[in-house]
Amino acid sequence: MADKLNFSLVSPEAELFAGEVDQVDIPGTEGNVGVLPNHSPLMAAIRTGAITVYNEGTETQYFVQGGFADVTPDGLTVLAEKAMPMADVNADSLKADIAAAEAALDGLEGEAALAMQQNLDGLRAVVSG
Amino acid sequence: MASLKELKNRIGSVKNTQKITRAMQMVAAAKLRKAQDAAEKSRPYSDRLGGIIRNLASSMTDAAGGPELLVGNGKSDTVMLVVATADRGLCGGFNTNIVRKAREEIVALEKSGKKVKLFLIGKKGYDQLKRLYEDQIVEFISLKEERSLHAGIAQDIGAKITAMFEAGEFDICKLIFSEFENVMTQTAVAKTLIPAMADLDEAAEEETSGPDLNGAIYTYEPDEAGILRVLLPRNINTQIFTALLENQAGEMGSKMTAMDNATRNAGEMIDKLTLTFNRTRQAQITSELIEIISGAEAL
Repeated sequence: MADKLNFSLVSPEAELFAGEVDQVDIPGTEGNVGVLPNHSPLMAAIRTGAITVYNEGTETQYFVQGGFADVTPDGLTVLAEKAMPMADVNADSLKADIAAAEAALDGLEGEAALAMQQNLDGLRAVVSG
Repeated sequence: MASLKELKNRIGSVKNTQKITRAMQMVAAAKLRKAQDAAEKSRPYSDRLGGIIRNLASSMTDAAGGPELLVGNGKSDTVMLVVATADRGLCGGFNTNIVRKAREEIVALEKSGKKVKLFLIGKKGYDQLKRLYEDQIVEFISLKEERSLHAGIAQDIGAKITAMFEAGEFDICKLIFSEFENVMTQTAVAKTLIPAMADLDEAAEEETSGPDLNGAIYTYEPDEAGILRVLLPRNINTQIFTALLENQAGEMGSKMTAMDNATRNAGEMIDKLTLTFNRTRQAQITSELIEIISGAEAL
């Protein structure tokens, strides 16, 4: 049997996923990262977007907003600030989030503005996708 | 001896009280289940976050030059205690235990010449601590208006604490709350929030060090400093959130036990009063009979 990746997705409110999978794609702040079993240790910040979990030929998507991915030899842990299964994502509440992000962007500058812009882009991508 | 009517009234009022305490017990039991669930669900996140910070700290190239939130600002003159209590009473010794722990800490810190500031969450702790330490309270937050605990509340509190630390208002921050073990047992504990390193050292003594990376080196995206800058405030928020959830579960557990006892006591009291009531009534009947009989005999 091929190696499996031990993956867990947790948000402050709940543990959304824990188990063995084939591959996980993470939206990192510096670009998307595909994590396969036996990935080298990595600590990456996450932007707003979708996590895709590949297992036994099936794909499951989760919506995440901010957080970290920690890859160790034991597996991958994603600590998301906010996370939910993509199926539960509500377009209306996302639009409200977009409006809030747009409003927040005006008052920010420098690094914070960049982070907020990334958040906004991620939200827009999820809505249109 | 009290009259029959008086006894009847008392039995009625104790019965009403019992109804109230029983209802409160049931409400607490229902809320407890939810709160316990929430507390248990939040544990994996805070555990993992602690683990990640521990990993980072142990593999950090330059520990002394790390961010102040992690390694501290080199001083320990002013200590801020974040005391989290409940907003409502009638939950046994729950709030008192937390306040007692806080006072022990305050006394110990002041004895060693440190300045103590208080950041209070929850009305009950505020009520009890303001009598003694009113001028040391820098902030008071009541969560009474919040219908349910969510991460946003902890974020606001965490942001305030971080901002105060950056403004140099304190050097060390400790969080005092009640750890939920089970319905019967809650222990008031003090945890160091800032610097995060101190708490990690405490935790590291119990656990083994982080996972063995087989000599591999962590890759950071974007970079170590950038990650820590986001991770450390998040850790504070999470610790506060976990504390609030544990507190809520503890409060409900404590309330349930307290109300259960109250209901039982009320039951005992009703039994006793009913017995007295029946006895008094019997005595009254007997004395009335005697009056009638002796009246008839006199004829």
